[in-house]
Amino acid sequence: MADRKLRVATTSLAGCFGCHMSFLDIDERLLDLLELVEFDRSPITDIKHCGPCDLGLVEGGVCNAENVHVLREFRKNCKILVALGACAVNGGLPAQRNHLDLRDILAAVYETEGGLARGARIPNDPELPLPLNQVHPIHEVVKIDYFLPGCPPSADAIWKFLTDLIAGRTPHLGHGLIHYD
Amino acid sequence: MPATMTTTSALQSVLARQGHDGTRLMQILRETQEALGWLSPPVLTEIARDIGWPRARVESTAGFYSFFHTRPLGRYRVLWSDNITDRMLGNIDLMQAMCEKLWLEPGRVSEDGLVSVDTTSCTGMCDQGPALLVNYRAVTRMTPRRVEAMVDLIRAETPVAAWPAEWFAVEDNIRRKDILLGNALVPGEALAAALERGAAAMLDEIKRSGLRGRGGAGFGTGLKWEACRDAMGEAHYVICNADEGEPGTFKDRVLLTRYADLVFEGMTIAGHVVGAKKGLLYLRGEYRYLLEPLESVLAARRAAGLLGGNILGQPFDFDIEVHLGAGAYICGEESALIESLEGKPGRPRIRPPFPVTHGYLGQPTTVNNVETLAAACLVAKHGGEWYSKVGTTKSAGSKILSVSGDVERPGIYEYPFGVTVQQVLNDAGIEGCTQAVQVSGPSGVTLGQNELERRIAFEDIPTAGALMVFDCTRDMFEVARNFAHFFAHESCGFCTPCRVGTTVVARLMDKLATGHGSPYDIDEMFKMHRLMQGASHCGLGNSACNPMFDTLNKFRPAYERRLKSLDYEPAFDLDAALSQARQMTGRDDAAAHLANVEES
Repeated sequence: MADRKLRVATTSLAGCFGCHMSFLDIDERLLDLLELVEFDRSPITDIKHCGPCDLGLVEGGVCNAENVHVLREFRKNCKILVALGACAVNGGLPAQRNHLDLRDILAAVYETEGGLARGARIPNDPELPLPLNQVHPIHEVVKIDYFLPGCPPSADAIWKFLTDLIAGRTPHLGHGLIHYD
Repeated sequence: MPATMTTTSALQSVLARQGHDGTRLMQILRETQEALGWLSPPVLTEIARDIGWPRARVESTAGFYSFFHTRPLGRYRVLWSDNITDRMLGNIDLMQAMCEKLWLEPGRVSEDGLVSVDTTSCTGMCDQGPALLVNYRAVTRMTPRRVEAMVDLIRAETPVAAWPAEWFAVEDNIRRKDILLGNALVPGEALAAALERGAAAMLDEIKRSGLRGRGGAGFGTGLKWEACRDAMGEAHYVICNADEGEPGTFKDRVLLTRYADLVFEGMTIAGHVVGAKKGLLYLRGEYRYLLEPLESVLAARRAAGLLGGNILGQPFDFDIEVHLGAGAYICGEESALIESLEGKPGRPRIRPPFPVTHGYLGQPTTVNNVETLAAACLVAKHGGEWYSKVGTTKSAGSKILSVSGDVERPGIYEYPFGVTVQQVLNDAGIEGCTQAVQVSGPSGVTLGQNELERRIAFEDIPTAGALMVFDCTRDMFEVARNFAHFFAHESCGFCTPCRVGTTVVARLMDKLATGHGSPYDIDEMFKMHRLMQGASHCGLGNSACNPMFDTLNKFRPAYERRLKSLDYEPAFDLDAALSQARQMTGRDDAAAHLANVEES
């Protein structure tokens, strides 16, 4: 592993990019990281589809058909797939809609809410991905190898996780890197 | 909304009867609910004010127990016992039939507020199911005809008290008696012998007898009583644990029905030994119907000078009260039971300190199983040495077994310790072949065919006495799935490994049941087993994965044949998850569908 850089892909599904921001918060350690890894598909590279990778980091849960396709692309290409942050791990904030009926939500947002244009309708362009009835954590759609909790996981947690993984150790966050505030 | 006049007067009489005492909150809530139907917010407010507790504490107790409702659940509340033995007798079909006739969904209250139908954990009628509770009264042996008649009575709003008495008949089904069930003691005989010996000598006899706790853990009764007796405190207490919640167990019900005198006498003897003036019997809410009969046994004992002041003319005062639980399995754990007796949610305490030094109201308390206390009477009468000669070296005396499931004669069997499981099966009558026996309920062990020569004794299989028998036609995966849901329902929610873990396991089992399983899910179950066993706060979480672990090891094909593939499988039907969006957008193009398995 040492003679070749680890290839890493990242994406955000039904997330807020907060986990990616937290990733960037590793600050100058990003330069150390770039000695060890290279990025495939990621907001950092703007590559649109991922190729064979060692590691995939997925932020956000699964809320629509496109999320499913992206997630499957990651699973197909990444040897190790990681759920990054609360939404990926258990659905998180977007899953708050799960106790409502999707039909009621669509009708309210596009048809009955005040301030809509006359004759407003639910968009049905085939270009648009359809939302799922409920938001799901990513492990309910593909096999996930590691879970990194936090909203977002702190930069230190992400750094510890990545350096463990790159060094061949089973990632272990330990005291202080998982907390609930 | 202020409480109305009638509400207030009903409530006040309950509060007066319970002495405006917050530690009696369980009884206050139960009696209030029996009078008013449900526990409305203004009623809880008034109770809190009256007993001088913060309202949040009253609400946390009211909200914790399955049998208390803080919203109206119908004037008739039907709860079908949902143990695996009820399942095997067809309870689900009967419940569905009842719901269809009432135009009702399980778990919902009818539009007119008349009735709700739901399931509940095992009600302890496994030898005479399918069973249910109607307004917390036990009904046994349900049939399609009874379902029809019951629906008619509900529709006609006939009071439950006027329903056919035979529906409420509970059989004892005692099939084999040994030293305990076959005893010839008359009320007061064992107590007189104990008082004659004196407290210290009686304790010696108990220690000599080798009597061990019959709740399953097998702690030495003499050791427990001695520790309680020696502990410093303002008062000492004796508690009889009759919260017989382990599915498949019903021996305490029979002891309290037919041998109540013996149980109360054992409590009195324990009181004399540890120096207590008060005993409490914690009766599970499912046995509500036993309250009045037990109260009258207590009254008779008081009249006969066997309870109250100067018992049998000696300077010894002792009395007993019956407290009712409200549908919480966890209260069978002794420290959770004590919490409940103090009017709190039944959450296990951190031990040590143990109840023998810091128990009920922080005072030295001995908590003993119903059967243990009854057995203590035999020791008082016949002496420790006599008792120790029955059974095996490390398990003195006899054990009462509750046998249910696929046997010809389900019921109560008492044997000296050391009996083999096969012997019990032979006596209970087996039709066809036996596939497995679940000993000690869901938290116990699953025995396969090749283990039936194992023995009921603390040296081999320690047990509170439940044997659920499964013949070769039964699906052991469904047995384990029933148990997984039981634990998910009964977890008290205090610690995360158990609260979340039991639900994760139940969902994994459901995923397999609906044909979406993969080997990863089985790996995940083993992971959960290790995690919950190591990290849970109490025994419930520690043992919640036992049935799954045992059946996975001994009946693995029952799981494997449900696996959809050897690859990963999503937890849900992906294409169906787009159904609502398709309906609302009118789309049906290729992009409006998802394959459940990725095309390669």
